[in-house]
Amino acid sequence: MRMRPSLTGKSPPALGRRPLSLLLRLLVTAAAVVTALIVLFVAGYIVINGARRLRPSLFALKYTSENVSMTPAIIGTLAMTALALALAAPLGIFSAVYLAEYARRGSRLVKTMRLAAETLAGIPSIVYGLFGALLFNRLWGYSLLAGAATLAIMLLPLIMRTAEEALLAVPDMYREGGFGLGAGRLRVVFAITLPAAAPGILAGIILAVGRAVGETAALIFTSGTSPELPRSIFSSVRTLSVHMYALWNEGLYGDEAYATAFVLLVITAALNALSGIVSGRFRGGGDG
Amino acid sequence: MGKIDIENLNLYYGEFHALRGVSLSAPERGITALIGPSGCGKSSLLKTVNRLNDLSEGCRVEGRVLLDGEDVYGGGMDIYTLRRRVGMVFQKPNPFPMSIYDNVAFGPRSHGVRARSVLDGIVEESLRRAVIWDEVKDRLAGSALRLSGGQQQRLCIARALAVRPETLLMDEPTSALDPISTAKIEELASELKKAYTIIIVTHNMQQAARVSDRTAFFLLGEVVELGDTSRIFTAPRDKRTEDYITGRFG
Amino acid sequence: MRAVFLAAACVCILCVAAICLFLLVNGLPAFGKIGPLKFLSGSVWRPGSGAYGIAPMILGSLYVTAGAIALGAPLGVLTGVYLARFCPRRARAAGRAAVNLLAGVPSVVYGFFGLVVLVPAASAVFGGSGKSMLTASVLLGLMILPTVISVTETSVRAVPEACYEGALALGATHERAVFFAVLPAARPGVTAGIALGVGRAIGEATAVVMVAGNQPVIPSGPLRGLRTLTANIVLEMGYAADLHRGALAATAVTLFVFTLAVNVLLALGRGKRPA
Repeated sequence: MRMRPSLTGKSPPALGRRPLSLLLRLLVTAAAVVTALIVLFVAGYIVINGARRLRPSLFALKYTSENVSMTPAIIGTLAMTALALALAAPLGIFSAVYLAEYARRGSRLVKTMRLAAETLAGIPSIVYGLFGALLFNRLWGYSLLAGAATLAIMLLPLIMRTAEEALLAVPDMYREGGFGLGAGRLRVVFAITLPAAAPGILAGIILAVGRAVGETAALIFTSGTSPELPRSIFSSVRTLSVHMYALWNEGLYGDEAYATAFVLLVITAALNALSGIVSGRFRGGGDG
Repeated sequence: MGKIDIENLNLYYGEFHALRGVSLSAPERGITALIGPSGCGKSSLLKTVNRLNDLSEGCRVEGRVLLDGEDVYGGGMDIYTLRRRVGMVFQKPNPFPMSIYDNVAFGPRSHGVRARSVLDGIVEESLRRAVIWDEVKDRLAGSALRLSGGQQQRLCIARALAVRPETLLMDEPTSALDPISTAKIEELASELKKAYTIIIVTHNMQQAARVSDRTAFFLLGEVVELGDTSRIFTAPRDKRTEDYITGRFG
Repeated sequence: MRAVFLAAACVCILCVAAICLFLLVNGLPAFGKIGPLKFLSGSVWRPGSGAYGIAPMILGSLYVTAGAIALGAPLGVLTGVYLARFCPRRARAAGRAAVNLLAGVPSVVYGFFGLVVLVPAASAVFGGSGKSMLTASVLLGLMILPTVISVTETSVRAVPEACYEGALALGATHERAVFFAVLPAARPGVTAGIALGVGRAIGEATAVVMVAGNQPVIPSGPLRGLRTLTANIVLEMGYAADLHRGALAATAVTLFVFTLAVNVLLALGRGKRPA
């Protein structure tokens, strides 16, 4: 009896006689090692240098120029993300419902929408920032609302695309089952299709949260950089990323910046883990 | 002894016992047809001969597969040399997404042929042998994907011939083709057997009857009957073979 | 309700229209006042004395993007191929998680990393301040890695197994089959991944501004500082007024045109995918 392992990953015996293959294998392996080292170095550097600089005063409720607290920025991040999502998520999901459930495939309107979404997705964030500054700031000044509105436009194509993919992945069988019971299209959408697509939509929203948390350029000139706790949606506020940028701008890139980088990295990792769990559920629960 | 001898072969995919005690011998310069209902292990047998089964997770082989008397699963067998000697044509034409020339030159290049003049010669010779040279000689640099299905399959045969194999494994080579292309491939197979040992898997019994010298009937991973094609189709000894070739099942 | 869904779907189109409109309304007059040719090809940017030439920034953006691609694309493609076709199955999940982490790190954190690690390193090795085209290219190359890796991996894995098996059946090694049969079949996807990387690199503002030096002069070498289009806006938007503000909007229009060009190339590449 012989066991034959899969060829991938195992080095075939005769490789040594084939120099090009050996070279290619060395090349991909080296690339993977370099990438792994980069990830380890970037993450390790921030974790090691950031974690030991965390101190209670960095989390004081009130920001002063002595404690350079990031708590207002953390709260600002939460508020900004929540508000941006509140604006973008319904719009994005409803657009996806239209595209996946109502629109005729390949109609001119659908093509225009796709093109628009792709264009939006490709616009650099600083251009969004400029646009927000020119439009929303004139309406509301440097404010949470202006920042969130700008951010919402950035997140829209992302939420729309992931939600549409999730909706299209729902088997037609489910819909037909609903129609068979005499339900109208709207009822089928809300009672059957959307719940079935929920994990995929959620995964897209988590991605959007990640984008929102990491954004700087679109916010500096829309929500401003006030280090204080926001009092209303019309007050200026900074998110953690903007906080870090502001620290750099003020030439303060010592302990506070390291600690903030660490906190941002932890948030990123947590969001990634969450998205992993959700999409794992998505795959596992496909027949649920 | 044949060119390819299979002795008491058992093949497992994990728990699944795909081939059960298969023994058969493919004579040199002849066509052996493997017939039987789908899922009976014919294609698995082909992939055992050139060891493409090695790719499948949990695949296990017992018994012997001999090429010129040498066990292809033996320690002395270099897998790349084996696959050079045993060419394969797949069920669905699978030209690479590159030029016709590069498709045919892929194999020789893999085995270290670099000189352009040598490659030119091999490409022309292989395309001629696969009877497609006249159709493509003016567009060798054109994409292989723009050929028709039948042309693609003949290109794949040319590609297989370019490494100068001794045997050809053909896995339902005409199942994706129209009748005219099918006739061309069959004619080609009859021509090629003058130089190569061919094993062809087919669903089409007329095809087996038309082109092959020997036929093996497979059922549920076992060889039910093996013999000269004319004899199998005129005087089958096993009831199940008779039922199958007269179309009573499968 | 259908009307509500339709209206929501139209918001995207509306947004694109509004963005174009606002950029043009704010940018075009500046184009006109400065003179389009003078604006695009002028090599002096000195808003204080009315000199608005963005040629240095256009070149700066092109240089760092080219540098980022030169560094990040080969590494990313090879790593993507590794994950798709060479990686032991058990390590693949870990590899993907690492790439996702790299993708999720905020640009400002990358910028900070560049500032405290790459800039001092460049300064130690090559002298000078360390803020340069090279440093920015390295940092951007690192930032586009996850995009290139995951798109490459996905497209390599999407190639039908028949292509790989066909190559093996000819006696090709695993490496040759992957690089010379599978990878060519995945080329449209890989190209799209690199184009996405180009888009990200050319549009990145925060990280670049922290490590590029930001001198608005035509860069004379890889070790010199430079300013990109994005940096130009980030740096001066806070205090710009009147024509200066218009010139920044015009800078954004220029940047927008560049990213649109990348998008169009991407769409063309996708259209050419062989059937």
